[in-house]
Amino acid sequence: MRYIEPHGHMVSRVTDDYEAMVLAGCRAVCEPAFWAGYDRSGPEGFYDYFCQLTDYEPKRAAKFGLPHFTWLCINPKESEDTKLAEEVIALIPQFLERPNVLGIGEIGLNKNTRNELQILERHIDLAARHEQLILVHTPHLEDKHKGTRLILDALKADSRIQPGRVIIDHVEEHTIAMVLEAGFWAGITLYPESKTTPARAIDMYEVYGGQRVWLNSACDWGRSDPLAVPKTAVEMRRRGHTEETIDQLVFHNPLRFLAQNPRFTVR
Amino acid sequence: MTRQQILDLYFMDARSKLIDIAAFLDRVDRGEGEPDFRLKAFRNALAELHRGEPERAKGVLMSLSDPTVEPIANAPGKGAVGAFLG
Repeated sequence: MRYIEPHGHMVSRVTDDYEAMVLAGCRAVCEPAFWAGYDRSGPEGFYDYFCQLTDYEPKRAAKFGLPHFTWLCINPKESEDTKLAEEVIALIPQFLERPNVLGIGEIGLNKNTRNELQILERHIDLAARHEQLILVHTPHLEDKHKGTRLILDALKADSRIQPGRVIIDHVEEHTIAMVLEAGFWAGITLYPESKTTPARAIDMYEVYGGQRVWLNSACDWGRSDPLAVPKTAVEMRRRGHTEETIDQLVFHNPLRFLAQNPRFTVR
Repeated sequence: MTRQQILDLYFMDARSKLIDIAAFLDRVDRGEGEPDFRLKAFRNALAELHRGEPERAKGVLMSLSDPTVEPIANAPGKGAVGAFLG
């Protein structure tokens, strides 16, 4: 088996996870910028984090022969503070030419506030001005459906945005249709409790089709499983899906989206 | 997959989860004090299981979702609890 982990917060994981992922067939890992579990005290904290994502973490992954790519932003959990968010957004352009940067992400909404929406629009503008791919985080649990609608409206309101260059992540049964119908890519996140299980992810793949869908573990500092994607591939085998179909979903689909940035290469 | 194959593959897993839900509700009933809004939301979501069409997962998720459409003025916190307070 071979697969791409298109969404993993590897700064939160131990080296054993890198080893296990490579042994399971992982060919590349992509790490969106996210919330550290606490609020940073200022933009300098983000500068250091962006250095970690673009310098140190790719070296750590390389020790296991795993190509590491990243996405940059201030995450929606910290964008309620618009002054801080504006200062962080101003830092991002100097990092965009670093060799492992794929685009702007994971941007989006958390509690669906006006301030979060304002900063989402600023990120969308940044991505459009710099012709970057976009990775979007949709809110958690009870906030997801409303937040996904607001995010789609914000993206569609900017005529520079091409839906095929945007992935809306963490879709579930009540949001996947609106994302795909609007022409965007959809990411299905596999979590032990929140988001989806492997069985539900495969259900969505079977019901809604898999042309513009990827799977990810979004493994981070919380309860999550860095091997969730290969475990879902095993579950697909149990249902009788062919090796070709599995390879298409867990390797070729993320490759097709990510390779829109020519920096993304994988053996 | 046939319905028989799906049962062979997933019945025991679903049975286990069903009993877990029943035991959870029993546990809440045995507890003391007043429950918050989540228990009512959970019971309302259970009703979605009786739907005749295969969109029960979507129905449960929508039942637990914020139905409003406008962005709110301020974040009440960072987390989500899994059901809408209303």
